Amino acid sequence: MTYEPVIGLEVHVQLKTRTKIFCGCLTEFGAAPNTQVCPVCLGFPGALPVLNRLALEYAIKVGIALNCTVQEFTKFDRKHYYYPDLPKNFQISQYDLPICKNGFLDVEVNGLTRPIKILRAHLEEDAGKLIHEEDHSLVDLNRTGQPLLEIVTEPDIYSPEEAYEYLTNLKSIIQYLEVSDCDMEKGTLRCDANISLRPKGSGQLGTKSEIKNLNSFKAVRDALAYEIERHNQILNNQEKIIQETRLWDEKKGRTFPMRSKEEAKDYRYFPEPDLPPFMISKEKIAEIKKIIPELPKEKKLRFMRDYGLSEYDARILVMTREKAGYAQERLMAYPEKEKKSVANWINGPLAAIAAKLNCEINEIKISVKDFIDLIDLVENKQVINNLTGKEILEQMARTGKSPHNLIQEGNLSQISDEASLEKEISAVILANPKVVADVLSGKPNSIMFLVGQVMRQTQGKANPKVVQEILKRRIV
Amino acid sequence: MELYSLTAHELLEKLGKKEISVEGLCSSVRNRIEDTDSKVKAYVRLAGSPAVVNPKAINNGSLSGIPVSIKDNICTEGYNTECCSRILAGFKPPYDATVIRKLKDAGAIILESKTNMDEFAFGSSTENSCFGPTHNPWNLDCVPGGSSGGSAACVAADEAIIAIGSDTGGSIRQPAAFCGVVGLKPTYGRVSRYGLIAFASSLDQIGTFTKDIEDSCLLMQVISGHDPMDATSADLKIPDYTRSLGQDIRGLKIGIPKEYFIEGMNREVKTIVQEAIAKLKDLGAVIKEVSLPHTQYAVAVYYILGTAEASSNLARFDGVQYGFRAKASKLIEMYFKTRGQGFGQEAKRRILLGTFALSHGYYDAYYLKALKVRTLIKNDFDAVFQDCDCIITPTAPTPAFRIGEKSEEPLQMYLSDIYTISANLAGIPAISLPCGFVKNGLPVGLQILTKPFAEETLFQLGHAYERSTPWHKMKPKL
Amino acid sequence: MALSRETLKYVADLSRIELTPQELEKLSLQLQTILGFIDQLSKADIAGIEPTSHILPLSNVLREDTPRESLSIEKTLANAPQKKDNFFVVPKVIE
Repeated sequence: MTYEPVIGLEVHVQLKTRTKIFCGCLTEFGAAPNTQVCPVCLGFPGALPVLNRLALEYAIKVGIALNCTVQEFTKFDRKHYYYPDLPKNFQISQYDLPICKNGFLDVEVNGLTRPIKILRAHLEEDAGKLIHEEDHSLVDLNRTGQPLLEIVTEPDIYSPEEAYEYLTNLKSIIQYLEVSDCDMEKGTLRCDANISLRPKGSGQLGTKSEIKNLNSFKAVRDALAYEIERHNQILNNQEKIIQETRLWDEKKGRTFPMRSKEEAKDYRYFPEPDLPPFMISKEKIAEIKKIIPELPKEKKLRFMRDYGLSEYDARILVMTREKAGYAQERLMAYPEKEKKSVANWINGPLAAIAAKLNCEINEIKISVKDFIDLIDLVENKQVINNLTGKEILEQMARTGKSPHNLIQEGNLSQISDEASLEKEISAVILANPKVVADVLSGKPNSIMFLVGQVMRQTQGKANPKVVQEILKRRIV
Repeated sequence: MELYSLTAHELLEKLGKKEISVEGLCSSVRNRIEDTDSKVKAYVRLAGSPAVVNPKAINNGSLSGIPVSIKDNICTEGYNTECCSRILAGFKPPYDATVIRKLKDAGAIILESKTNMDEFAFGSSTENSCFGPTHNPWNLDCVPGGSSGGSAACVAADEAIIAIGSDTGGSIRQPAAFCGVVGLKPTYGRVSRYGLIAFASSLDQIGTFTKDIEDSCLLMQVISGHDPMDATSADLKIPDYTRSLGQDIRGLKIGIPKEYFIEGMNREVKTIVQEAIAKLKDLGAVIKEVSLPHTQYAVAVYYILGTAEASSNLARFDGVQYGFRAKASKLIEMYFKTRGQGFGQEAKRRILLGTFALSHGYYDAYYLKALKVRTLIKNDFDAVFQDCDCIITPTAPTPAFRIGEKSEEPLQMYLSDIYTISANLAGIPAISLPCGFVKNGLPVGLQILTKPFAEETLFQLGHAYERSTPWHKMKPKL
Repeated sequence: MALSRETLKYVADLSRIELTPQELEKLSLQLQTILGFIDQLSKADIAGIEPTSHILPLSNVLREDTPRESLSIEKTLANAPQKKDNFFVVPKVIE
């Protein structure tokens, strides 16, 4: 029996408002425990919530960007459960009238694009943090009342890769909207996953597992892959899946069931009496739609159209708004019609340099002119070869100097004339008779080994194309 | 004439003319409390020490120098606010309720010693207080009413000049009637609830206890108004309530709902209230019979909605951040024991009932249904107010009953709220003022209800009645 | 509407209230009586009636995203039954 996985994702996004959702305490990260609190978020008796306008607007923004219907009438509800990080022992959330419903997010896997259906997005307040010690727990309530937007998909994801792509695209869009940092490490984006298996082609859903403690997109993908295996094994042994919540253990690479006994949760939802409802007019939605910037999908299509880039190249360039802006400046400045080089240099060498320098690509201080000049020097004028070009680029990033200056200083011009290369080429041919024999016997790629040797001899300055040409002539 | 026996408006005049001093006034009130409270027990946590009536910074505010007594469920920064419950023992709020801030801004002197109440405002007799009951100043064997029994009794006994309390189903009006004082529940949203320890969020209002209508006007002027910290507070201008004083009531249309004057109701109460209505007719009001057909459901609706919201509002009392915490080695044990030991019987009853009404499978049958019947009750009032300016009823079906008489019968106790509950469900303002005494000397209260945000009508009518009757000047013998 | 002992125990658990057997017994009877009274609501005709969750015709009550002063740590912890450094302390949470 072949089974197929069905996955649903629940993502909590912490909105980047200055103050909390129902009170005026700051939301800044890293404050000393219990210092960003007030009677409202502490749930002191007598205190009352009042909704932060910006949190509502951010929620609407995200809803529009995710192609949701923004509800005309929305309200809050109380969700009851007891836990020390939840001061009132109820969470103000949204139950049956969430602010956004029925949207979708496009995801591309293996060249195919498919919309993942989003069931709903709603606002709610965050809980505090617990630190567990030997025989007691410490409670820090700074985080209570932080504004969260919970985005829930339908069980409409069919592989761990799709889940990964969904999260990547979701993060990209939300960052574009500037409503959250979406940083899983800082907890401004959290994800729980639901997965079940069903016989291939069956319309019904199988018993699901809920997976928590996922701290990165990679963890989501790995945990889901693990669960598919686990479910498969159980089902193929003719056993039943237990519906339970499991925690992902990154180190061990497996999930474990949560220790506490799961009781059927009776949250006793009822409308929050302290918050009158909200009517969202069409005008308001239109107003917010206007301030939504060009989103990744549109920008990607535009880059493909205006700059002749491939889907793949364009997609990577528009991943964040900042990178897209950086790229666009350079794409526009590049005088040639064929702009693929710009994309390649940003997505390849510049990305590598950014990783080395531990910063974002758009934070690299290379002026548009210098960048364009460098590409020109390598690709069109062939003054330096690719390898040297990459090295110079790194120097440009570190020193801010122009490529011309660096080439002159380092005497790095590419050696392209045969006369200068003769000596090295001859030496390499003499030193590698076996490889020469390989070339002659029809292993054409062996020649690259010889090219590499010449590059080494010339500290990378030789023009590899010219070297290859000369070698071919001399050997064959 | 003892200073403590005067009204706030009389005292303000004397203070203004410098005939008396604030210290003198505070001293008078303090001494009165010392002499009388051992019998009445209107205040809590006095424990043999004098009530704290500190004449702190006085300004030129409208209540400058006037001591105000506060019910134990309204937060006063740094002073114990315990809702007369074990579970909040020792709780000192880190902030002032908005009404407290407004009173302070008006120069009023907030008594640090709070007035007695039924635990978490659950009750109609003040017998559910963890400190024991308050005694009705008119007959110490009787209850003062509840849940704001302490506030009502201290004003009646002149142990306070003016007081504030809270009203969710009648908790100001019923004790005001039982104690022969004026008790006002404002329109829902008229007075900020920020800092009122919540019982039923959609029904609670803070209101006034005073010796006469004019003091109620003065106090309402100060405590009313929009509060950005309370999303349910109305953003409407506050009229000058004192303009309602001294007005005549000719042509004012008063509706008498037939459902409130049923066969078998207490005959003395019926007679006294009918006499009061006759007096109003003499003064020029037009009386007509009206109907509030869904009255019979009011108590049932209240005991679903009120208890449901209460069960939610009281979930926070768990020993984690404040109040009583039972000894326990595990968290779950701490929750169960703290709440099991910290809550009184009535509190438990209501929390359990409310939790049940909200629980899975019962929500539609109870909570949702009650919300719909609430609409019907509101519609009843809207219809009547189409051609009436106000409605008049008895405040309570009986005068004050004896301590212990109903405490074993929760349902009997609940039914004593029958006349007051509807006003909370409909969100309309209502006042109780004294309108006479039954044979055994216990007071009877007249309830006036009116349209939302029309408190001036209550004051206008009430003051006209007061001017032609002696009840508000009568004092219990203590 | 019958309120069985089991249902009451379930409700008490949901409410995190420990009841003695005597309390369970007494409350069960009292709540049964009260629910019996409440059942008269079934006579009310609510066809086509909208529920009233908020009695005032208020909507869209919002506050601006501007900071307000937080409480000092002293005030926050002043009532704490148990505290350590700047934390509230609770007995061990079994996870």
